[in-house]
Amino acid sequence: MILYITKRLLQLIPVILGVTIIAFSLIQIAPGDPARTMLGQHATQKEINEIRDRYGLDEPIIVQYGIWLSGVIRGDLGRSIITNDLVVNEISSRFPNTIELTIAAMIFAILIGGVAGIISASKQYSITDYTVMGVALFGISMPVFWLGIILMMVFGVILGWLPIGGRIDLFIPYQRITGFMVLDSIITFNLPALVSSIKHLILPAVALGTIPMAMIARVTRSSMLEVLRQDFIRTERAKGLSERAVIYKHAVRNAMVPVVTVIGLNFGLLLAGAILTETVFSWPGLGRLVVEAVYERDYPLVVGCILIFAIIFVIVNLITDILYTYIDPRIKYE
Amino acid sequence: MKKIFLPLLCLLLIISQMTGCVEEEKVKEKILIFGMSGDADKLDPADVTDGESISRMDSIFESLVEYTSGGTDIQPALATSWNVSSDGLNITLNLRENVKFHDGTDFNADAVVFSFERQYNTSHPYHEYGEWAYWGYMFSDIESVEKSKEYQVIIHLKNPNAAMMTSLAMFTVAIVSPTNAEKWGEDVFKHPVGTGPFEFVEWVKDDHITLKKNDNYWRDPPKLDKLIFRVIEDPSSRLLAVQAGEIHGMEYPDPASFDIIKADNDLQLLSQAGMNVGYLAMNTGYGYYDDNENGVRDDDEPWVKTPGYFEPLTNVSVRKAINYAINKTSIVENLYKGTAIVAKNGMPPFMLGYNDDVEDFEYDPEKAIELLEEAGYPNGFNTTLWVMPVSRPYMFDPPKIAEAIQSYLADVGINVELYQIDWSTYLEETENGEHPMCLLGWTGDNGDPDNFMNVLYGPNSASIGTAGNVAFYNRSEVQDKFTQALKIYDTDERSRLYEEAQVLIHQDAPFVYLAHATQNIVFRSNVKGYTLNPTERKFFYEVDFE
Repeated sequence: MILYITKRLLQLIPVILGVTIIAFSLIQIAPGDPARTMLGQHATQKEINEIRDRYGLDEPIIVQYGIWLSGVIRGDLGRSIITNDLVVNEISSRFPNTIELTIAAMIFAILIGGVAGIISASKQYSITDYTVMGVALFGISMPVFWLGIILMMVFGVILGWLPIGGRIDLFIPYQRITGFMVLDSIITFNLPALVSSIKHLILPAVALGTIPMAMIARVTRSSMLEVLRQDFIRTERAKGLSERAVIYKHAVRNAMVPVVTVIGLNFGLLLAGAILTETVFSWPGLGRLVVEAVYERDYPLVVGCILIFAIIFVIVNLITDILYTYIDPRIKYE
Repeated sequence: MKKIFLPLLCLLLIISQMTGCVEEEKVKEKILIFGMSGDADKLDPADVTDGESISRMDSIFESLVEYTSGGTDIQPALATSWNVSSDGLNITLNLRENVKFHDGTDFNADAVVFSFERQYNTSHPYHEYGEWAYWGYMFSDIESVEKSKEYQVIIHLKNPNAAMMTSLAMFTVAIVSPTNAEKWGEDVFKHPVGTGPFEFVEWVKDDHITLKKNDNYWRDPPKLDKLIFRVIEDPSSRLLAVQAGEIHGMEYPDPASFDIIKADNDLQLLSQAGMNVGYLAMNTGYGYYDDNENGVRDDDEPWVKTPGYFEPLTNVSVRKAINYAINKTSIVENLYKGTAIVAKNGMPPFMLGYNDDVEDFEYDPEKAIELLEEAGYPNGFNTTLWVMPVSRPYMFDPPKIAEAIQSYLADVGINVELYQIDWSTYLEETENGEHPMCLLGWTGDNGDPDNFMNVLYGPNSASIGTAGNVAFYNRSEVQDKFTQALKIYDTDERSRLYEEAQVLIHQDAPFVYLAHATQNIVFRSNVKGYTLNPTERKFFYEVDFE
């Protein structure tokens, strides 16, 4: 197993090289340049040239990539052209926010979607089944942006139960240790901060998690249905086990493999693709960072972010594959 | 699972009520949270051009002079008095004594020299840490800044520049603490230290920037204890946050929401004429390559066709026809939703030298068709209109406005295709003259008419690749007037020159001036003391809660 994991981790290298070369080239080929973003409508040719010179923007792409790569090997991802801050700082200040939101969204999606799918499968063709699947269809079809604003309006303005965006109530003092606000509040025994950060997580997690929830519900249902048809289920029932035991103790575990696949895929997608949710809820995450960096042609920041996304994807895939071996002992890797 | 769910929910609800105690504490400290549409790029006032960065720094830093409340006239700030030499080349400023930076060090002539010199002196040890984007553009007439006494400096100019005093109120030449700059070096943009009413506390990227009251401010301390700028990109979310009372004010409300805001007793909408202009520019055909990069068209830099040269638009009758064909009043009422006034000149009415005698082109499609026939285009023609995809202060929704224009022009036989591309590329391509027609505009930097007229309509600014004059309007008499008006300090004479220039521009009609957009800010009703400034800079010193 260790060997297998090592082999998979080594595969990170060609993936990173490939992804970053493509990203680097694409962003350079796109018209527009960061000098203009910085100078705006007041650009003089002299200043544009100076900036392009300072950042080596007129060097051939291969040379620029080589310089960037040699920095990466030393752990230096360069500085953002627009903000002048280290790319590592820009990413690390947003990274915990994105992870926390994604985990919260996935918890919501797995709990609600999983349970819905199981119930739906065990009561196939009943009203419950149709309702659940109807809601799932609705969930997949709803635009995240619209859903987010509706949630904010209803729960934030009309009912006043939950906050409108942000990560925490700015009046509450808190100490940042890891950057994961919920975790930091627990570590520092800061109850007001804990409650506030959880309250701020709810709406964006629901908005972001709705589509994965719907997908998980459907996959769980179809996977469960397949398992429930199998002979060994009939055997368990014949043995006299309660229906609940049959479903939760035996069927679910067997149905997990396709569901874990979907969860793994969604986790990776959510990490990079939460831009709309982040915008609506003013969540300072990586999605917004990378999109703005692209608009501003902030090359070092764009490529740095994509590097991180590539690493995350590979690792999430690896974890998913390892999880299979725990769910289904028949799956083994050399 | 069901067994723990319900008790857990109850526990959570109980806990959430307990935090009610904490919220009572915050009432004792006066904290104002203001919603911004984006995060700052850097917090070094000399190194930025974007409104987001500037807005945070307006409360941290001060310049030698400052704008009068709500206007663009200047009054003493860190300088107490000044005089300009008779040849217009030296400005001597006496500095305010007993002022401290937030880090406790003294404000004095050394600090002033440092703040200027690091921008223009390429051998200054801190010159390499910034782009100094505004220096070349607004301050290149400054030869040097000299310390003459502990509390006196002399600014030496290369040429007389009547706009320079007003420019000294800009953030670019705000005075920074040299000690702080030395401490942080390249990272000084994250650690702003100035003399202003508020001090920097923290910057959580993309989330918020917190400032606190400067107890040692040289005037009375501000009424607010803390000022927090929170980033909420989406205007709908931003407004929801104000409505819910989570933030106390915001910038850039969507004009479509004005009715809601006005109807809400908990909110107030502050509006003021903006220092901007939105226009449709028609490429009159010829620009020049500024090979020696001096910002002036020299004799060895001839007029050449721009890439977007389009024959019909070189004809003044065609350009006038286009002016008559567009119903500006309707656009301002329906698309700006009343958040603008119709523009007839290239700068807003309150600017020095505005010529109110110019008579605007009325909406008259029949006259437009007549002019087109005269010009030899009885069947109209086809062309392209460049449209920016982003919201600008002078044009909230450019694509909608472009569609309206497209429709008006179609009525007179001109078929316009719309071309959109991202903002960064848009600037590049229009500055390069690749467009036959484009939508664009301008927000003034310092309140001086030169900052509009010369930058946007002067032939010197028709340099292909970096054009501020995107109609590539090249009438030399107009440039002469602008150049002259910048050199003389007599305001009546300056005014006369600008008025004459506006008449010529109106005759040649290189632009369809659309609107001067108002500046709008939303606050909760219990916030008092905020005065809008035409430059759109944000001053919170006088703000208090009722």
